[in-house]
Amino acid sequence: MSDIDKATVAKIARLARIKIEDDKLDHLAGEINGILHWIEQLNEVNTDDIAPMASVVDAKLRWRDDQVTDGDKQQAVLKNAPRAEYGFFAVPKVIE
Amino acid sequence: MSNYVVQGATGDFEVVIGLEVHAQVTSNAKLFSGAATDFGAEPNAQVSLVDAAMPGMLPTINAECVRQAVRTGLALGAEINKFSVFDRKNYFYADLPQGYQISQFKHPIVGEGTIVLDLDDGVSKEVGVERIHLEQDAGKSMHDQHPQYTYVDLNRSGVALMEIVSKPDMRGPDEAGAYLTKLRTILRYIGTCDGNMEQGSMRADVNVSVRRPGEGLGTRCEIKNVNSIRFVRQAIEVEARRQVDIIEAGGKIDQETRLFDPVKGETRSMRSKEEAHDYRYFPDPDLLPLEFDDAFIDAARASLPELPDAKKTRFMEALGLSDYNASVLVAEAETADYYEALLAAVADKTGKPAAGVASKAANWVLGDLYGALNKAGLAITESPVGAVAGAELLALIEDGTISGRIAKDVFEVMFTTGKNASTIVDEQGLTQVSDTGEIERIIDEVIAANPGQLEQYRAGKDKLIGFFVGQVMKATGGKANPGVVNDLLKPKLDG
Repeated sequence: MSDIDKATVAKIARLARIKIEDDKLDHLAGEINGILHWIEQLNEVNTDDIAPMASVVDAKLRWRDDQVTDGDKQQAVLKNAPRAEYGFFAVPKVIE
Repeated sequence: MSNYVVQGATGDFEVVIGLEVHAQVTSNAKLFSGAATDFGAEPNAQVSLVDAAMPGMLPTINAECVRQAVRTGLALGAEINKFSVFDRKNYFYADLPQGYQISQFKHPIVGEGTIVLDLDDGVSKEVGVERIHLEQDAGKSMHDQHPQYTYVDLNRSGVALMEIVSKPDMRGPDEAGAYLTKLRTILRYIGTCDGNMEQGSMRADVNVSVRRPGEGLGTRCEIKNVNSIRFVRQAIEVEARRQVDIIEAGGKIDQETRLFDPVKGETRSMRSKEEAHDYRYFPDPDLLPLEFDDAFIDAARASLPELPDAKKTRFMEALGLSDYNASVLVAEAETADYYEALLAAVADKTGKPAAGVASKAANWVLGDLYGALNKAGLAITESPVGAVAGAELLALIEDGTISGRIAKDVFEVMFTTGKNASTIVDEQGLTQVSDTGEIERIIDEVIAANPGQLEQYRAGKDKLIGFFVGQVMKATGGKANPGVVNDLLKPKLDG
């Protein structure tokens, strides 16, 4: 895998809406590369004929019945919102 | 059907269209939570803490949404994948509290299928379906309620959607319209989506590109979230024209997301969204792969009703209906249901085979009944004249009690008063006169009263027979059986 550069870190940060000062980008790129290289050690293991694993435990996806068992809790849902009006979340205007 | 072309200054261009339809799955609860899906509730009243993406909440899949996606795939003759995977599609938006949409990227639940379009003049065309995947809907943002704030309602957040992706097989606005119409019909027949575009339960992203005939595919633009079939057609027309103008001016098309503005009749770039389209898909670690067995698929298949194409074929082959009548009757499941109930009741009341009365029944539904419903602004399910009541009227025509002409008057009274046909016929004394003695007496009177016309008729003016029929009908208040009148009149006139 190619190394993560400063510009890529800045892009990922923007996509995740995390503010990172310019002078921190180089340092973070180094840390991310360190983690990636560490994980890439797994490439040394031969995985031919081994099916991709979705979970470390031998479990199947749990299904639920199609019944309404939740909701009707507007107050609770809005409780932590910085701003709520008329039952809506009120967020800074999104300009299209 | 002639091919749709956009005429440019330097020659003709062909249009290539693919559609991604988002269809809301009919279910009581959401895809991964137990909150309700009903339309029109108080804001944020149908939101669980899972839908609001509170920390620590985990998704659990709704079995019915899986079953509905499988039924949809089967109805489109598509391959069903017994193993599929949910991925996270990451993007940032105020009405997406998770910061990602749970969707299916690499391994969708349904693979390739086909939709047969019914085009003009009985022509049909197959359009490929690339895939169907299950995903969560986002919440709803309202930007026009407050000068500084956007209001967000999460009731729709987490509702199950099927994204039905076509192959780029369509070549004009008519075909795109026919595709959406047919898809909507099928979804409504099988009950996996209500197809209500006004309420947003079905919306389309439209991919459009143009090329000179014989060239490879051009660069496409995606027009997002078009919410009516009419707008899809308009959007294609204006977008194709825009692209042709750019190419002919020596420019090139940028692959981008665009928005259709029906008021201005133009599409415009949504550049603000471009950068966000780095979705960084990865398998959702909260969800194991979605797996089911053949028995699950078989049960889903067994639950499907007769599909519109099969019904249309049966109407034409077993009942002898015309292509046009059959197409119109099967277009809405409710119309087909009404017609079938009507036909069964007519056959039952008259003792005649269904095929013998099928065309008359179809003409009545599409003529008298549709005319009255349209005028009154009612859907067929709201008809004041139900299928059994309609059948009684048709049976009265069949057994000769009333003429077809009188039946129209009776129907009008039925429609406005809700009374049944035989009551109206009795009350108003509309029973057709088939008594030959009675009719013969009237014919004699009419002939005696019109010696001039009789002379002209006998001198060779054959057409005057119409005049005599008219006089007899007038004298009987329209109740004389026209067949009997014709049979008796001609020998008497001929002398």
